[in-house]
Amino acid sequence: MNAHPSRLPTPAWEDLVTAALLGTDRRTPPGAAPGRSAPAALLDAAAAETVRRRAGLRPGPAAPLLEPAPEDPRPKLPVAAARRLAFLLADRPGTGTGGRRGTAPDLMELLPQWLTAVNTRGFAAPAESLPALLDAARGRTDLRAAALEFAGPRALWLARLNPDWRFALRATPGGGASLPGPDERRRVETLWQEGLFAERVALLAAIRFRAPDAARELLAATWSTERAEDRLMFLDSLRTGLSARDEPFLEQALADRSRNVRATAAELLSALPGSALAARMAVRAGTCVAVDHTADTPTLVVEAPHECDAAMERDGVSAKAPPGRGERSWWFGQLVEAAPLAAWQARLGGRTPQEIVALPVADDWLSELHAAWCRAAVRQRDADWSRALLGAPSSPGAGGPGAVSLAERAKLLGTLPVAERADWVAGFIAAHGLSEAFQLLGVCAVPWAGPLGRSVVDALNIARDAGSYPWSFSGVMGLAERCLDPAEATRLDALLAVPDEPEDASPGAGGYWAEAFQRLGRTLRLRAVMAQELEVP
Amino acid sequence: MTQQGVRWTADQVLALAPDSTSRKAGSGLGTAGPWSGTGSSREGAVWGLCEGGGGLPYRTVVDTADAAGPAYRCSCPSRKFPCKHALGLLLLWSGGEGSMPAGQAPDWAEEWIAGRRRAQEKREAGPTGSATGPADPEGARRRAERRAERITSGATELEERLADLLRSGLASAEQSGYGLWEETAARMVDAQAPGLAARVRELGSIPASGPGWPVRLLEECALLHLLDQGWLHRERLPDALAATVRARVGLPSSAVGPPVRDQWLVLAQYDTPDPKLTTRRIWLHGTTSGRTALLLSYGAAGRAPELSLPVGLALDAELSAHAGTGQQRMSLGEQFAPPVPTGIRPPGVTPTEATARYGDTLRRDPWQVSVPVTLDAVVPTPADGSWQLADAEGDTALPLTRLAASRPGLWRLVALSGGAPLRVFGECGHRGFTPLTAWPTGAGEAVRLC
Repeated sequence: MNAHPSRLPTPAWEDLVTAALLGTDRRTPPGAAPGRSAPAALLDAAAAETVRRRAGLRPGPAAPLLEPAPEDPRPKLPVAAARRLAFLLADRPGTGTGGRRGTAPDLMELLPQWLTAVNTRGFAAPAESLPALLDAARGRTDLRAAALEFAGPRALWLARLNPDWRFALRATPGGGASLPGPDERRRVETLWQEGLFAERVALLAAIRFRAPDAARELLAATWSTERAEDRLMFLDSLRTGLSARDEPFLEQALADRSRNVRATAAELLSALPGSALAARMAVRAGTCVAVDHTADTPTLVVEAPHECDAAMERDGVSAKAPPGRGERSWWFGQLVEAAPLAAWQARLGGRTPQEIVALPVADDWLSELHAAWCRAAVRQRDADWSRALLGAPSSPGAGGPGAVSLAERAKLLGTLPVAERADWVAGFIAAHGLSEAFQLLGVCAVPWAGPLGRSVVDALNIARDAGSYPWSFSGVMGLAERCLDPAEATRLDALLAVPDEPEDASPGAGGYWAEAFQRLGRTLRLRAVMAQELEVP
Repeated sequence: MTQQGVRWTADQVLALAPDSTSRKAGSGLGTAGPWSGTGSSREGAVWGLCEGGGGLPYRTVVDTADAAGPAYRCSCPSRKFPCKHALGLLLLWSGGEGSMPAGQAPDWAEEWIAGRRRAQEKREAGPTGSATGPADPEGARRRAERRAERITSGATELEERLADLLRSGLASAEQSGYGLWEETAARMVDAQAPGLAARVRELGSIPASGPGWPVRLLEECALLHLLDQGWLHRERLPDALAATVRARVGLPSSAVGPPVRDQWLVLAQYDTPDPKLTTRRIWLHGTTSGRTALLLSYGAAGRAPELSLPVGLALDAELSAHAGTGQQRMSLGEQFAPPVPTGIRPPGVTPTEATARYGDTLRRDPWQVSVPVTLDAVVPTPADGSWQLADAEGDTALPLTRLAASRPGLWRLVALSGGAPLRVFGECGHRGFTPLTAWPTGAGEAVRLC
């Protein structure tokens, strides 16, 4: 607003301020009426002038208006769901009591799932919720991608106005509104040539996502002038949409000055079973493994490489073994891991993956060989080999220290179709209980398939009957709250009461179990309501 | 009116929470989970049993239909008011989620509800009983006289204090520090003039308020002097202005105007917390009369003021204006129906009209800091490191106050606008504009900014 002396010179006011600052003992105020003391006269005049100045206020000139936010064409979130969002965002971390969890659902834990659901349905976030969404995305990196997708173009418009939210401009996958698309050649060119490193990484990832070849060509154009660490990061973005057309470029990168760049290029090539590198590795690995028919049953014998030659190193084999590993087994593992799995069937007498995995292995090479096959199956996303290496979920080795660790099993499960994955884990839990199942449950699709959910609830019930405390299973319980199908809530009804305590049970465990099951039931019901709220009437 | 029709939004319920901890705790209880035996009556009572820490569940009941805002009762030991259970219950009710069947209240709830209804009827019947006035009119007159004398001596002392300051110069105020003003403020409290005391305290904080402080100090000294003089010569003022002076000095004012019945739209509600007292301001707009009214409500330390009217509701009620000029303060009288959500928006003006309205108010009440105004078609725009509301049609703009530009509500406003014009209600004064509520262009509910 403008009524300030600079705009509308009011000498009288200036004089009053000067007299007031110096004091009437030193400066006689202007226009003092006779009969009034100097200070009173000054205050009289200042009061009249203050009210006059305030009453004369006018709006100031408008600054240039902002470029309006881009349209968000997505449908509006239903009213009930918009209210739910306000709840979920009000439940901020760091304000909790930290103690026992009680029976109330943990809203913050449900936010990621809720965001996934609204994004799947393609709703637009309510405009007034954007600041809270951006704050949540800033505080929790695990939420960031989903929160920003939901927040949409207006959030990026907003983030440009507030330095606290700058992260959103960098973090938006697929570029959002701030990054040029693959067809905007001039802008792409400029940003790629002049952009900051983070902007260039984001640009490359965005273009790779939509036009893989264009991204590779962009990278190839400046490849020789990039710094080593930058080359590594750029190369990594080629994981998205990797195809045989990338082979020549990657093959060239195998000769890179940087060892890390070479290793990454080799890893990417080995994920392309048809590549020349994969073929070279197949030959090398093949010479190390053979079937020994002289034994009673056919047995695999392993002859690990005697040296790591320059050609092997060029193909990404790391020559120096980590401390505590034998060099030869270290090289051998890398060869098998990078060799295409299909080659083994030909090499080992046309056997199926199941038959190959079932073969005995001589001289304690079993775990080395199977672990390398596991890594290869994951890298090449080969479901047949994964199935063979996983074995039957009920087999004794699956739950204990078998040839394949739980972490590897979890990764192998990731290559199987969703339904098969759930069935395998259900079978595993039925046979081995819950204590080892956490990692495996984490790779199952949400909501859990019926048989999987039932096996988890059954196993929790068994654990309760065994008299242990529920917090021994708090990880699985927390997963169940987020992942069980809400339709299963009624199955919990029988578990909500506090049971009579068996003699050998831990003291008070029954009450805690009842509480844990109550929370589980409540969370499931809440999730059902939340899903309903997203249905457009 | 259907039961569903009177339910509030979650935002409106959460506005009742005394603090953010309660907001969070209440949100956690706003699901069917911990509740049993919930229900609601056509008359606006809501009840339920909430599992707590120990054996017996807590009994929670809320009366949403009271003219003075919802009333709560809960058997939990919390000193927060309303407690998290009351908030959770209202959230459950607002969502319409789970089972909140209409029906007959259980005995424990019914007892309390009936007790409240009886008290209410008594209150409504009250005025006829108390029309005879205070029991001892002569005593009341003597007390009022004594208080006026004390205020007069306080105002006289304050005048001397201001004259001393002006004689030695404002530059000396920077050195004399805050303590001297605190002491003077305490003497004004002794003089039973809380209005003067508050102004004196503000004087003490000005020398540390940054560049330009001498001008602000002179302004506030001059207006305080004007108030002193108004009090000392009040019998020579027009009645309305004299009433304004009495209210500004800190004498209690009462509703004297005729009751105005209207559909009052709740424009804004916000609290100004103080260690000892929380002041709640509620701005209302009469959809028929076009009047803007301010309701004040107070809460002692740690308690939310009892009157609570969530933004976006409208209530059919009678309001009576307080004495004085240029003030919007009114008191809530009879309420004819529970508050209901409404899509009505107040009409808006341009920035130029808003400042003119402020200037006009100053003629009647020179101590007014701001006036309530709804701006139509303004765009939040960054300017000079701060923000302004620019007229979408013209080339003028109102700056936001420093406080408003630093609050999180600013970003809700900017997000809601997206660079497009919207309608904004707030307080417009010599420090700038403080937005309190906004409505987006097109359809959409009112969005709270404070």
